[in-house]
Formats: sequence, C-alpha cells, structure tokens
Amino acid sequence: MSTTQRRAATPRRPPPSAPLGAFRYRLMLGLILLALGMLGARIAYLHVIDRSFLQGQGDARTLRVESISAHRGMITDRNGEPLAISTPVVSLWANPQELPPDDIQRLVLARALDVDLDDLNARIARYSEREFMYLRRQMTPADAQEILDLNLPGIYRQLEYRRYYPSGEASAQLLGVTNVDDRGQEGLELAYNNYLSGTPGKRRVLKDRRGRLVRDLHLLKEADPGGELVLAMDQRLQYMAYRELKAAVQERDADGGTLVMMDARTGEVLAMANQPSYNPNNRAGLDPRSLRNQAIVDVFEPGSVMKPLAMSAALETDRYSPDTVVDTSPGWMRLDNRFTIRDFRNYGKLSMAGILRKSSNIGMSRIALDLPETAVVDTYRRLGLGQSPGTGFPGEADGSLPAPVRLADSQRASLAYGYGLSVSALQLASAYTAIANHGRRLPASLLKLDEPPEGSVVIEPQVADELLGMMEQVVQPDTGAHRGVVPGYRVAGKTGTVHKASGGGYEEDAYRGLFVGIAPASDPRLVTVVMIDHPRGGDYYGGLVAAPVFSTVVGNALRLLDVPPDQETLSSADAP
Amino acid sequence: MTVLSDLTRSLRARPVRPPQSGMSRRKSLWMRVHLDPWLLLLLVVLMGAGLIVLYSASGQSMAVVEAQAIRLGVALVVMAGLAQLSPVTLMRWAPLAYGGTLLMLVAVEVMGDVGMGAKRWLIIPGVMRFQPSELMKLAMPMMLAAYLGRRQLPPRVPDLMVCALILALPVVLIARQPDLGTSLLVATAAVFVVLLAGLSWRFIAFFSVLIASALPLLWMNMHDYQRQRVLTFLNPESDPLGAGWNIIQSTTAIGSGGVFGKGWLEGTQSQLEFLPERHTDFIVAVLGEEFGLIGMLAVLCLYLLIVARGLWLSNGAQDSFGRLLAGSIILTFFIYVFVNVGMVSGILPVVGVPLPLVSYGGTSSVTLMAGFGILMSIHSHRRLLPR
Repeated sequence: MSTTQRRAATPRRPPPSAPLGAFRYRLMLGLILLALGMLGARIAYLHVIDRSFLQGQGDARTLRVESISAHRGMITDRNGEPLAISTPVVSLWANPQELPPDDIQRLVLARALDVDLDDLNARIARYSEREFMYLRRQMTPADAQEILDLNLPGIYRQLEYRRYYPSGEASAQLLGVTNVDDRGQEGLELAYNNYLSGTPGKRRVLKDRRGRLVRDLHLLKEADPGGELVLAMDQRLQYMAYRELKAAVQERDADGGTLVMMDARTGEVLAMANQPSYNPNNRAGLDPRSLRNQAIVDVFEPGSVMKPLAMSAALETDRYSPDTVVDTSPGWMRLDNRFTIRDFRNYGKLSMAGILRKSSNIGMSRIALDLPETAVVDTYRRLGLGQSPGTGFPGEADGSLPAPVRLADSQRASLAYGYGLSVSALQLASAYTAIANHGRRLPASLLKLDEPPEGSVVIEPQVADELLGMMEQVVQPDTGAHRGVVPGYRVAGKTGTVHKASGGGYEEDAYRGLFVGIAPASDPRLVTVVMIDHPRGGDYYGGLVAAPVFSTVVGNALRLLDVPPDQETLSSADAP
Repeated sequence: MTVLSDLTRSLRARPVRPPQSGMSRRKSLWMRVHLDPWLLLLLVVLMGAGLIVLYSASGQSMAVVEAQAIRLGVALVVMAGLAQLSPVTLMRWAPLAYGGTLLMLVAVEVMGDVGMGAKRWLIIPGVMRFQPSELMKLAMPMMLAAYLGRRQLPPRVPDLMVCALILALPVVLIARQPDLGTSLLVATAAVFVVLLAGLSWRFIAFFSVLIASALPLLWMNMHDYQRQRVLTFLNPESDPLGAGWNIIQSTTAIGSGGVFGKGWLEGTQSQLEFLPERHTDFIVAVLGEEFGLIGMLAVLCLYLLIVARGLWLSNGAQDSFGRLLAGSIILTFFIYVFVNVGMVSGILPVVGVPLPLVSYGGTSSVTLMAGFGILMSIHSHRRLLPR
C-alpha cells in the first residue's frame, strides 16, 4: 500500500512537453484497442458461436430441392404396340430482366427462334415486369442446344416430356391428348392421368441468386415413372376399322360415323373408330367437334337395330316362340289416336324371323302391345341401356330410357322398334354381347383384361341362341342386309335406319344408317356396331351405307385374328 | 503487457532523439525520399491481400483487379508525391485547399451532377467527374491543424468558435447532398484535430451533451432512407427483403465461414451473388466467408499495425500542425476500418464507408494514400524544419 502511494506521489518521468497528456494518449489507445476488441469479439461470435445457425442460413440461400419430371407412362394396345409415348424435349425460357436489351443480340435470338424480331420484342415488353417467360416450348434437344450455344444472357432450359401418338388420328379420340404441361386433357389420357403421371423425383442442387444451377449435389428421390396402360384395343384392327370407316364417310359424304368392335367373349373393345378425327400430334386448326369420342359420349335413337333385343322379351314368355306368326296387315296402325306407324309395305303374316328380316315395325308393335306394359323397357334396362357403361371414360353417356311407369301404347310400340330411347354405340355393342354369349351380357372394357368378366345372364340362354339364329337369317345374300355378308363366315346382324331427331321433331331427309353384327355366328367372336351419320347422295339405309363397312372390317378382322371360317362353301353362299 | 506499455511509451509525445550513428545511413536513404519503410511495407501488404480478396469478390474478374491495381498504383504515386512537400508548404496551402474545396462543394450544391439519388458529383467537362466531399476529408483536418497550429494550445473559446465555423460549413454542405456518412466522417476528422489539440474535459463533456441533445433534431432532419438504415440496424429482421437484406446476407456470409473459412473462391454466399455490394463496401464479408476467423483477424491485425505505426509517426511530429494533422489522419483511417467492419458484421448501421485500400474504388484509395503521404512528409521532414 505504501509503495503504491509513494510511486503515485513521485512520478518517474517529468510531465510530457506536448499539450496532450499521457493519460489522454493512454485513453485514446485504450479506446482504439477497445474498438478493435469489439470488432474481434463480434467477428469471433459470428464465426464460432453463431456459425451453425448462419451456415444453415447460408445453405438455405443456396441449396434448393428441384423436382425431376417423371416419365409419363406409355399407352399400348393389347399386343404391346405403343399408342402414346413420351419423348424428352427441351423448353427454353428467359428471364426478361436479364435478356440483352440491344437489338443486335435480340435479332440473333429471333432468328434462332425463327420468329419476327418485332413479335419477340413485343412479347419481352409484355413480360418486362416478370422474371419468367417461355421462349419456345418442346423443342428437340438438338434445336434447343443450338440456341443455348449462342450464349445469350438470361436464357435457360427446362427438361420436359412431350407426348407422341404413333397411331395418329386412327385412335385419337379414344386416347385423348395431354396438354403442354404433360397433363391429360381428353380421353384415356385424362381418365388415367394420375396413373400415367407417376411421381416426380427430387434432387438437391446448388443454385445462385438468379436461380442458375451451379452444381448437382445429390439425388433425394428417383422420379417414379408413371404406369403403363394396356388397352383392350388391337392396333391392327383399329387401323383397319378407321380406314374403312373414313372411306365410307367420305364416299357417302356423311357428317360422321362411328364403329365399335367388341370381343364377344370378354367385352373388351378391340376397335373404336370415329369420324371426323384429328391428328393428335399436330393440333393446329383443330375442329373441336372431332375431339369427341362419339362411340362413347354421343347417344342417338337406335331404331330397328333394337328389334332383336326387344324380341327377346317376347321369346322369354310362353306365348312366343321363333315359329309364332304375327299378322302385320294392313301394314299400318294408329296408336293413341294420334300416331300412325307403318311398314315399308304390307308384309302380311310374318314369322318372328320374318319380322326381323323385313324389319317390320307393325310386327314389333303388335308383339310389344301384347306383352306386359314394362316388359320391353325392363329388358332394355337389363341389357345396360340407360345406365352408365362404367368404362370410366370422361363424359361417357348413359343414354336414356323412359321410366317403366304408365307407358302409353305409342311409347310401348315405338320402344320395340327402337324409338323413344337413346343409346351410345358402345352400349349397343355391349347389349348385343348378351345375344352373342348365350344370354350373358358383358360390360364393355377399354383396358385389356386378364380374365373375362363374370357378366350377368340377362336373357335366357336358349332365347339368346334362337335370336342369334334368327339374326343370321337377316344377313343372307338375298336379304336387304346382304351387303353385311362376310364371305367365309356366317354372320348374324340387323340393320337400322333412323330419322335424325332435331329440335323436337324428326328431320325429313336426314338419317343415320346402322348395322349391328355378330360373327362368326357359329361361335361368336366379334360384336360390331357401325353407324354412319347423315349420309348424302341417295343411299341412306343401314343395309346400304353401314353394312358394307361391317362386311369389310369384320372380314379382315376375323382373318387377322385367325378365326377359322365357319361357312365352308363360298360358292353356295354366293349362289342366289 | 510489456508490449502494450512499450507501445504506449512510444506513442507518448517526446522530444526527438538524434538518430543512432549505425542506423543513420539506411534511415537517411528513406528519409531522403521522404518515405517511411515500415508504413509503406504494411500498406503494400494490405493492398496485395486486398487484391486477392477482390479477385474472388469480383466474381474472378481479372479486369476489376487490374483496374484496382492501377488505381492503387496511382494512389502510391500521389502518396510519394505528397511526401515530398514539406509540412511548411502544406500548412501554407491549407487555407487554399480548404477554400477551394469549399467552393467546389458550393458548386455541387448549385450545379452538381445527380447520381444514385444524390447530388455529389462535380463534372469537369471532358476531364473527370469527382466528389469534392472526398477532398474535404483531407482539406478539413489540414485547415484546422493549420489554424490551431498557430494558436496557443489548448485552444481557448474564441479559437474553438472559429474551429466550429470551419467545421460546420463543409459538413452542412455535404450533409445536404445528401451524404450523411461522408459528412460525419469529415466532422470526425475535424473533431480529432480539436481533441488532439487538447480540449479540456469540460468542453468534451459540454459537446457530448450538445450532440446527444441534437440527436433527435438530426433524426427529424434525416431522409427516409437514412432513418430506415438506422431502424434496420436496430432490427435487421424487420425488413429482411428490403433494407435488412444487406446486413443479414453479410453476417450470414461471415458466420458461415467458420474459423478457417471455406477457402479462396469457395464461398457460396459471395460467389453465388447472394452478398450485395460484395466487391465494394461489403468485401469484408467475402474475406470472412472464404478465409474465416483467421483471415479476418489477420487483416484486422494488419490495420492495427498500420494505425500503431501511424500514431508513432504522428508523435514524432515537431510542431503542433504536424502532430494534429498526422494524428487526425491516422485516427480517421482507423475510424474507417472500424465503421466498415462494424457495419458489415452488424454492430453499426449501414453507412456507405468502404474498407480502406481493400474495397474496389479509386477516389477513397487516393484520398487515403494522400493522407499517408502527408503523414510521411511530417515524419520525414522533421530535421529540415526550423526549430
């Protein structure tokens, strides 16, 4: 204690000569060291204590999880032929903020993109507030690389897939299309979009502030490619059916047409063609009408092709057998004091088979009015009409049947010859599987089935077989449906010709020509419905416009499917 | 501890001893060219380190590094040139330099060029474009040192009034540009001169209270962006995408470097452009990220050595003018370092102060090196001065 006091009392040095005292210098030096100490402490704090948090923050700025687009599943036909496939393409996008402002570089870009410089400038101006705009989507990787090689700032690429449809317009409506973002928009592409899409994968990448990829760090999750969809369709039959349908529609100058070919044993849809159609690979100038898969989504009044189905209701009762004779004289009848129905001419007395052969409206009406009030409607309903076909196809039509209560005579009669209800071509084909299959109706399936469905017996097996035989008599060389004959095969069929309904009435000279056929009749394999919409130029009967299509398509199909001919002597069949 | 007391002793004002005979020849060579070898060495090492960091911070642009190297070369020439002038000459020219710069500030006020939202630039058509406020950083302490150097020290009240006037004119003009940062730095340089002249504690206390009470007034006269900076400093997270961005990014960059750093050119925050102003005001963050705590402390030590050498030189000054001016120059230099590093590491608000001799930029480097030239002149002309 005393030492310190002594030292303080006797300074070792004389006071400094400069005006600034030693204390102030020490204070100043102390302040400087204090300031540096603060900086050091702060920096050490950031570097050591706060490090893990700040490193996390740093990573949060640079590490990004990117999605890897999943490969959309392929759609194939029943034999594995590709119908819709995804191929890798490159979309180029630009950040308008980074694009070169000068016209020379823009001109280079415009040339490379093959667009007008003014258009490009206008587009860039429109997006000038944004940071993303597409330059061109879905280019081939080689073309895109050429533009990227120009090394213009602000241009980036994005890997995508584009859908190609090798079968083109032949199966366009059934398959549908995807949009530019690879999502299903129509048809089966839409119906099975989730299944086909798969799940995108993820990878961790290092990105800079402008979002450019700097380094690929590692894969977090592989992209899970979408499932493969195998259709019931047989591409060979589809091509052929489409070709023949298109030829017929063109020849008849018709509004359109549709064809459904179904496997009689499984209910699988082997071919489904529509006219008009479109090229799904180039949808420029597309007529929206052609997008409709008419076979499933459009309904029409079926007319005479319903007669065999209605007749099953009669044959199932004790009072009718194939030999029952019905008097159709005088060839017309008046119902409810309002409607007059008539046959083509007075056919006199006809057997059940005769009614089908001549397609007698009077005969069918007499039978229908003789049956219990709801017999025909109930039969139709059992055959799946007026109900959803259950294919899951977007927009599939249910058709319509009148409710089975208090049916007027005119309704009961007209239902029996196919008016007063509406069906789709697919429903019609499915209903006829009951006749082809000993009374067991099979639901239509657009997808390939591993084993045939159970179905349900809706017509007595014996009645179904009798009807098959009667329908076979309809398609003979000497009948009105003779154009439906398939050389070498026995065919059971029925024609139909209906006035097109429009705005509450029927059009005077607009018709639909229909043909429904089952072949070969000895052991049915195919059920086929052909509909030609509004044929022009004289012929409009189903037997004239639809039956020839049936004949060619089914003939070729049976041969393609290696079905042995069941009609041995061609010459005898040809002989009158 | 011994180092500290040695340093303290060496910093203390004391009479100049005649040089030792053995050392005299070598020393006299440097004395003849009026340069201080130690200070020069430290400055060149700092510049070299700065260029290495700048290469990384500029996104590995050799062009930027070359441009900066040329500017630093010019700055070295300016330094060597100014070192040749004797303090007597400097003292004689001080009023002229101050007056001229003041006139130019008036000219900026009247007809200055607007750049980046502020009116700071003066254009000599066809020749150059520069900020007179930068010149004032040197002219101000020169003028005050020249004024007080002729007066009795510590200064009396009338002298202080004159000093206040000398200080206020340019500071107000610069603050009106608006360039609050530079005006405060110029004021700081002036205050150091007055402090070094030996202001009594009563005055120091008086002015401290005065400044403290003036703060609300200053706040009311601030521009919005300046207030925003202060608010952001107090809580950077309040506006993370706007004004707080810079400071969040820079602390993130520094902290993510860790003790040893990520390595040269390997910093993700700086190389991937997340760090704003990375080759100018925020270059320290690049240093921190890529060289870590070690690198930061090394550079801070370099600055400490420069400041220590500068203070030692200023203490050797033989007259009040030299001592005041040299002391002010070196202390202001230290303030630059402190403000810049403090700002980037988040303990001070964001003001546009570059890191001396490391940040990319010509004017500030030349001004700073001119200051060191004056420092060397004051040191090396000692014996030539009439006693």
